[in-house]
Amino acid sequence: MNNRVAVVGVGQTAFTRSCGVSIRELCFEAFKEAMEDAENLSTEDIDASIICSAPEYDKQRSPSGLIAEYLGLTPKPTFLAEAVCASSSVGVRIGWSFMRSGLHQVVAVLGFQKMSELTSAESQERMLRGGDIMWESPFGAMMPAYYAMFARAHMNEYGTTEEQLAKVKVKSSKYSTMNPKAMYQKEITLEKALTSRVITSPLKLFDCCANADGASCMILAGEDIAKKITDTPVWITGLGLASASMSLTGRKTISSLSCAVEAGKQAYEMADLKADDIDVAEVHDCFTIAEIMAYEDLNFCKRGRGGKLIADEETYIGGRIPVNVDGGLLSKGHPIGATGGSQIRTIVLQLRGEAGKTQVDGAETGLVHNIGGIGLYGSVIIFRR
Amino acid sequence: MGFEKFGEISYITETKIADFVEYLEESQIAATKCKVCGKLHFPPRANCIDCLSSDVEWIPLSGKGKLITYTTAHFAPAGFEAPYTLALAELEEGVRVFTRISKDVKEDEIQLGMNVKLVPVRLAAERITYELKKA
Repeated sequence: MNNRVAVVGVGQTAFTRSCGVSIRELCFEAFKEAMEDAENLSTEDIDASIICSAPEYDKQRSPSGLIAEYLGLTPKPTFLAEAVCASSSVGVRIGWSFMRSGLHQVVAVLGFQKMSELTSAESQERMLRGGDIMWESPFGAMMPAYYAMFARAHMNEYGTTEEQLAKVKVKSSKYSTMNPKAMYQKEITLEKALTSRVITSPLKLFDCCANADGASCMILAGEDIAKKITDTPVWITGLGLASASMSLTGRKTISSLSCAVEAGKQAYEMADLKADDIDVAEVHDCFTIAEIMAYEDLNFCKRGRGGKLIADEETYIGGRIPVNVDGGLLSKGHPIGATGGSQIRTIVLQLRGEAGKTQVDGAETGLVHNIGGIGLYGSVIIFRR
Repeated sequence: MGFEKFGEISYITETKIADFVEYLEESQIAATKCKVCGKLHFPPRANCIDCLSSDVEWIPLSGKGKLITYTTAHFAPAGFEAPYTLALAELEEGVRVFTRISKDVKEDEIQLGMNVKLVPVRLAAERITYELKKA
């Protein structure tokens, strides 16, 4: 059994509108970068792989087999982990359990999505089925509509404003210009965000993230072996995972994600840390309101003060708790299965002091909040250097 | 069979609670109530979430409730025509409903917390659904 589990290598492709390569080649890029990052590691050392994807976007059935083959990971075990947008965080949780049980020593967690594989209509049709297909999809309920309903409730309950929402996008677009792997490389002004067209009220175009193609890869290792692979292991010290009712009719609150609150509690407890101890965080900003709810759900501020936290620029570098300083989903792009791994890569680089222009000085403890679907699955993972 | 008539596009045909559609056609919004523990389910369920009993009965709801949240969608997936307003409401029996607000209600008339009434609505091609009106 391994007492502690580390991330010993991270990699990701650029996130793009259309990658122009096959999924196997896309995954190869992320895998190669993670292998090079891990320094002292060869493919034979990896004794299991967990492939993470939302398979309704894939043409390939059972893509884990194909990808393991292409990366040279056969005959070691491989399988798919799916929790929609939280797939690769769930992959990390499974990998951690493998290590703690002693079943495996080094595991590759590889997330990917090639969303350009589908036409816009096909993609919308899948997003329409992201809610309860019996009681919600028949009304034409799309992903942005759910978050718009959360936003409306939050604004009504706490006085959160459209300007505060827009400021989340302004921040993310500032940092994405410093991340060469981000899809959007242009800063968006507050005025531009506020005057963009309404998608589903009160959310506008720039309140929404964009589909992307991309892959991410993390190599996890147990304590003894981790130190042989790299001089800079980043330890997983807290894991939280929870679920919530898929149907909004089964939720007690609409201005918060209960799965995130629960996952956060678990992760803080396991790491024996509080929100104040977090130096840098990645949160699941699929929509601007999602980042504001995350601040509150993770206790970065009091309930209802999320809008003020961004308005006061407390989540910028130099602020109280820098959040999504890699551009977040909003400006980096959101290739569903790859997103959690990309968030974790950002935190790993931050804790190693290798985040370049977006480095948060002296960051020792980082947090990743990754949500699947419409607040259906919530994962919170805490890392320490 | 029977549930395929529900909503603009239905993904479900077979369900134990297909009678819901027949109640709708008789202008009633019905919930299921567990005959063992008394738990009220809406949307209706064939199986009790609390005691796991499958012995449930149909109970008509008043349809009266209050609006919790809404959004007006300006883009629609294939098969739907924007704009339309999606909403979540709490009914006086303590259950919640996800639906649309009637096109008769203008967006500037909508306020969270306002009184609403859930009513059956007939659609083209003998389809049927429900929506919220201002109460």
